[in-house]
Amino acid sequence: MLNSLPPFVLFFVGAIVIAFTRGTVRKVLILAIPLLGGLNLWYGVEPGLHLQFDLLGYTLTPYRADKLSLLFGYLFHLAAFLGFVYALHLGDGAPEGSVAGEVGEDDIVGNASAGLQHVAAMVYAGSALGAVFAGDFITLFIFWELLAISSVFLVWARKSERSYATGFRYLIIHVISGVLLLSGALMLAHETGSIAFEHVGLDGTGAAGWMLLLSLGIKAGFPLLHNWITEAYPESTPTGTVFLSAFTTKVAVYALARSFVGTDVLIYIGTAMTFFPIFYAVLENDLRRVLGYSMINQIGFMVAGIGIGTGLAVNGAVAHAFADVIFKGLLFMSMGAVMTMTGRTKGTDLGGIYKTMPFTAGLCIVGASAISAFPLFSAFVTKSMIMVAAIEEHHYVVWLFMLFASAGVLEHAGIKIPFFSFFAHDSGIRAKEPPRNMLVAMSIGAVLCVLIGVFPTQFYTLLPMEMDYHPYDVRHVVTQLQLLAFGALGFITLVKSGVYPDEKRAVHVDAEWLYRKAGPRLLGNIGRAVTRVDVYVRSSVLEFVGSIMRGAERTHGSVGPLAKSWATGSMVLWVVILLVAYLLFYL
Amino acid sequence: MSQDYHGHEIKEPIGWLDKPSVVKRFFLAIYLICGVLLVAELLLFSTENAHPHPLEESMRFLVYPIYGFISFWFLVLVAKPMRKLLIRPEDYYEGGSDDAE
Repeated sequence: MLNSLPPFVLFFVGAIVIAFTRGTVRKVLILAIPLLGGLNLWYGVEPGLHLQFDLLGYTLTPYRADKLSLLFGYLFHLAAFLGFVYALHLGDGAPEGSVAGEVGEDDIVGNASAGLQHVAAMVYAGSALGAVFAGDFITLFIFWELLAISSVFLVWARKSERSYATGFRYLIIHVISGVLLLSGALMLAHETGSIAFEHVGLDGTGAAGWMLLLSLGIKAGFPLLHNWITEAYPESTPTGTVFLSAFTTKVAVYALARSFVGTDVLIYIGTAMTFFPIFYAVLENDLRRVLGYSMINQIGFMVAGIGIGTGLAVNGAVAHAFADVIFKGLLFMSMGAVMTMTGRTKGTDLGGIYKTMPFTAGLCIVGASAISAFPLFSAFVTKSMIMVAAIEEHHYVVWLFMLFASAGVLEHAGIKIPFFSFFAHDSGIRAKEPPRNMLVAMSIGAVLCVLIGVFPTQFYTLLPMEMDYHPYDVRHVVTQLQLLAFGALGFITLVKSGVYPDEKRAVHVDAEWLYRKAGPRLLGNIGRAVTRVDVYVRSSVLEFVGSIMRGAERTHGSVGPLAKSWATGSMVLWVVILLVAYLLFYL
Repeated sequence: MSQDYHGHEIKEPIGWLDKPSVVKRFFLAIYLICGVLLVAELLLFSTENAHPHPLEESMRFLVYPIYGFISFWFLVLVAKPMRKLLIRPEDYYEGGSDDAE
């Protein structure tokens, strides 16, 4: 029976149930739901249209499974399971050995909002599943909006003034993305008569195609549209960010892979995404914000792969999305663990905590190795597909940019994240290891990073396109190691020579400046200009009316000549004078 | 008070990376790995490229080591002036001033 139900149903029903449960029952449920759903999908669901019906003249397909959607389906079940294992301690009070209270972060874990976080995360994961199994744009739109509405509670769960403001901006941006999606879909339906969630592209689809691309681009973090990622991720709870990093952007990558494969502009957008965030990542102090920039950089590789559009490139893009959810999840988990136990996430505040949190440090290094694409780790076997595809399709400049971006990944995610949080100079913080469930979730993530890297052939069987690719040959291994080792050498020389920039308590202006500073400033200036014009017009009109009134007062006022009382005698006198004058003139 | 490799104060408990000799050994290991990879570069000439492409063929020798090293320096040397231009106080978006420091 479960096979015929779309996977999101289990999560939505589960969310309702866990809203009314507490303690152990809730813990069992939040683990059982993704586990049960995942096993059902793995063993029980075959490709095909599992649910389709007509409504108001449109054919809705809430449940369409093929290799692409199944891959993301497995991924999202896995991500949800890992996320819930990681968040299992919510509601249990402050973890033992936490020193977060020292900096006033007594509830940095979010214990007060445990129920809300679990329900929001469950609906969020379900919405992501709803989106990837959607076979039409209307269904996709519904889950597109649900993704935004459910996930914003994970930002608000931090319960700080900043998180409330960030959450509202996050919601507005995602609602705009949803409106664009619906508008584009309806325009497309008007032109083609179909709302099927299939290839759209930009050839012959006109404004509808661009509108859909823009909608997907907002969620994927295209350049200038990317700041919701770097804003929301550092403001959420330690566990909330792990969920945030897994779903929204990957749903966008999935949607791009379904509707915009081979769209040339994506190659250049993707390349820009790999390139510009790494400079910000060097400068940024908040390590979860660094990971936000890192997220954009990694999605850039996927977007470029989708743009290249060959079987190898698309496989590379979706495989890298799969690997990214795990290694980026692992990195966010390790930073979340640091935040939970220390109350801090800034490079300037941390350092030296490997002494008391060695397991967390080790697991973070595994995630850092995976994202840096060291041989035997996951990104080595996924990102390389996109790079090779770029070369095969003669995108040499793009390839050079990507190679540079790969070195940049090592710098900010491979070295900076573990170095500034766990090593660098000793901050004197002596927090203990995080709760056991956090360590278990991170360990599972770390094992998966290695398993994908060591057994790529088995992993490749899940990919949607046919290809013949073998990542392990001497040249690939040696050249990749050369890139990384000499990059590390570059880092050492930069630090030793004092050229490497210190971490600073500051923000670095990004595109968000447009809507957080310039926009309000512009609106303020417009408001002030309107006020000035309004005051001028009002005072001028009043002055004008006043002058008329004064004129009227002069002539018609109590002493005005026209308001005087004229004696009847004088009037008779004037009439006589006029008559005499007339008579004289006539005679 | 004793100091670590970079002159920062060492706090209790002493960690294994607080010892300058360990840090030196760690750096030495990286130099060694780089050396081995340079030797490996020579051996690469005799191997077949599984994904041959004209770009890599035309600039085969030492491309990746040089690219990796230069990338890090380029990244930092561009990021530093970028910081001067873009840096603002932490409360910039919460009504803080426009001044960098």
